[in-house]
Amino acid sequence: MRVSLFITCYNDTLFPQTGKAVVRVLEKLGHQVEFLPAQTCCGQMHWNTGYLREAVPLIRHFVDLFRDVEAVCVPSSSCVAMIRDHYVKAARETGDQGFLAEVEALTPRVFEFSEFLVKKLGVEDVGATYPHRVTYHASCHSLRSLQLGDIPFRLLRQVRGIELVDLQGLDQCCGFGGTFAIKNADVSSAMLAEKAVSVLNTGAEVCTAVDNSCLMHLYGSLHRQRTFTRTAHLAEILASEAS
Amino acid sequence: MSDLSSSNRHPDFPTAAKVLLEDSQLRKNVKHATDVISGKRASVTGELPDWQQLRESGSRIREHVLRHLDTYLVQFEEALTRAGGKVHWAADADEANRIAIGLVQAHSADEVLKIKSMTSEEIGLNRALAEVGIRAYETDLAELILQLGKEKPSHIVVPALHKNRQQVREIFRREMGLEDLGHRPEDLTAAARSYLRERFLRVPVAISGANFLIAETGGVCIVESEGNGRMCLTLPKVLIAIAGIEKVIPRFQDLEVLLQTLPRSATGERMNPYNSVWTGVHPGDGPQEFHVILLDNGRSGILHDDEARQTLKCIRCAACQNACPVYRQTGGHAYGSVYAGPIGAILTPQLRPLREEASLPYASSLCGACYEVCPVKIDIPEVLIHLRGKVVREEQSTLAGKLGIWNLGMQMAAAVLEDGGRLHAAQRLGRLAQKPFVAKSGFIERLPFLLSGWTKTRDLAPLPEESFREWWAKRPVRKNGGGM
Repeated sequence: MRVSLFITCYNDTLFPQTGKAVVRVLEKLGHQVEFLPAQTCCGQMHWNTGYLREAVPLIRHFVDLFRDVEAVCVPSSSCVAMIRDHYVKAARETGDQGFLAEVEALTPRVFEFSEFLVKKLGVEDVGATYPHRVTYHASCHSLRSLQLGDIPFRLLRQVRGIELVDLQGLDQCCGFGGTFAIKNADVSSAMLAEKAVSVLNTGAEVCTAVDNSCLMHLYGSLHRQRTFTRTAHLAEILASEAS
Repeated sequence: MSDLSSSNRHPDFPTAAKVLLEDSQLRKNVKHATDVISGKRASVTGELPDWQQLRESGSRIREHVLRHLDTYLVQFEEALTRAGGKVHWAADADEANRIAIGLVQAHSADEVLKIKSMTSEEIGLNRALAEVGIRAYETDLAELILQLGKEKPSHIVVPALHKNRQQVREIFRREMGLEDLGHRPEDLTAAARSYLRERFLRVPVAISGANFLIAETGGVCIVESEGNGRMCLTLPKVLIAIAGIEKVIPRFQDLEVLLQTLPRSATGERMNPYNSVWTGVHPGDGPQEFHVILLDNGRSGILHDDEARQTLKCIRCAACQNACPVYRQTGGHAYGSVYAGPIGAILTPQLRPLREEASLPYASSLCGACYEVCPVKIDIPEVLIHLRGKVVREEQSTLAGKLGIWNLGMQMAAAVLEDGGRLHAAQRLGRLAQKPFVAKSGFIERLPFLLSGWTKTRDLAPLPEESFREWWAKRPVRKNGGGM
């Protein structure tokens, strides 16, 4: 299958290793990966902060760019949630019927990375080896919008050498919430402190998730506290091989 | 802290939250109480195989009402009038208070009993009564604690949730003059009981809220846990119920759904201990005068907003408060409104001027836990974003707002993100600009202005030497790869 990678603006800028890992996993499975360099952002930050009008050109840009591709794979559940939950509404509000039709045609072909592997490609074992103690953090969008359920666990359970430990309070938000982390920095930090304690209580070496946004937030605290617990996107674990 | 009727400005949410976050006892109380209720809720909703269908039915009943509110309100008035009651219409808080005061004064009463009612908090009824020399006695145990402690509710269903037993004992000891009051829950309830019983027998007028108004029969439904409400409904000669116009439901039969979902969502009980439906006046039995004050106070304005109308589906179960990770940190007082938590964050800015409550729609990480538990499926995150959109549009209508740091930042980001080449240029610029901020640890530990909020508790990894798009551009084109 020819897969178009939507890396997302913050992964592109801050977490290139996640994009490389996605490419590695998909190519290893025999798929053709393309990257359209004109891509930018899904518009989530503007939309969720209330800059609804400003988000529309970004949405149009995304739709124009990916209109004709077979499948879009996105290593971020919150960006996929933005596309699935809000694009139709945003398009409808413009009153542009052609745009709305394009959005409705494209959104069913947009997949989050782990659901793309399991639901679209039917793969659970990608042949990874990762001999570490790992805990999985369920991001809010993966849990409640995409309803990924056990999909990430099905992938992780197939990884050789991995020791998976449950995270207490799995359904609790880490407190990131995009601009919430800045507008309500104190409340966000209080939420994060609880999440960091849960992660440290697992004794895991690595905390993983399908969203680098939560992981960036979490690692911000883990690093500030000078702990040795690291974070890694699920794709990076799935791309790891025995050395 | 202000009620919805007053125009007093209060600190915005982040400012109020910052103060409350330092109260470790309050945070412990709130966390414990919300954990306990959430746990009970999860078990009694989980045991129902048709829970999702019940939510859907509840949502449809409430949606249907809002689309035909004019019809059902008139039907309610006609039915209640036939049953011997009287309906009064109040456009706002002042009018509702004036009507209530007039009814109390008509009976030459200078005392009234109160049944727990958030609507009466919303209109500042107790204060209005006090201003004309009428004393109100709260009879709900939690409301009594707050009244004696001179505090405001912090939760819709469990208004004194932020207090623990020792704090309650201290209030009772001081305000009831009980020097040797014991510490056991039984001692505290016994003290409240003897304090209240005497008033139940003496005071001739009671004021209640309503959980549901039944259009078909003219009945007023009240659910409660303590029985003090039923006491108020049966003993006094005059009963006055104050209810928002959205509280109406079409048929008695609709309670079949709502009396399953409300108690399970609110207190984690399969059924409320006391479920009462009052329909008009019955000679020799219960109150001999029954008034219902139907309150608008901004609600009809919400009906016109297609996006936000669902706010009025709310049946005040407070499951969203218990589930909300923000509320669980701060408790209810941070919201500066009688309606706290996620529902307060969408309801209050619509009942009051949006510009005075502009921080409330932002008091959420949009995690969606509220929507997941809502028994009438109000998509609270969706409404929050809609209201944020209104806040931004209002902000952009002034020059100061246009030149504000948030608006400028967002406009700049939007311009950069319109084009892949501009994003690439911004990445290169960012790598240069960040240099002075990278600490010895190799991480960014302090940032200026807006971003200082992040680095107060969190480090930030610097931008990597190479972005993904740069790596991709250098990548040799593979046989099976799709290099551009």
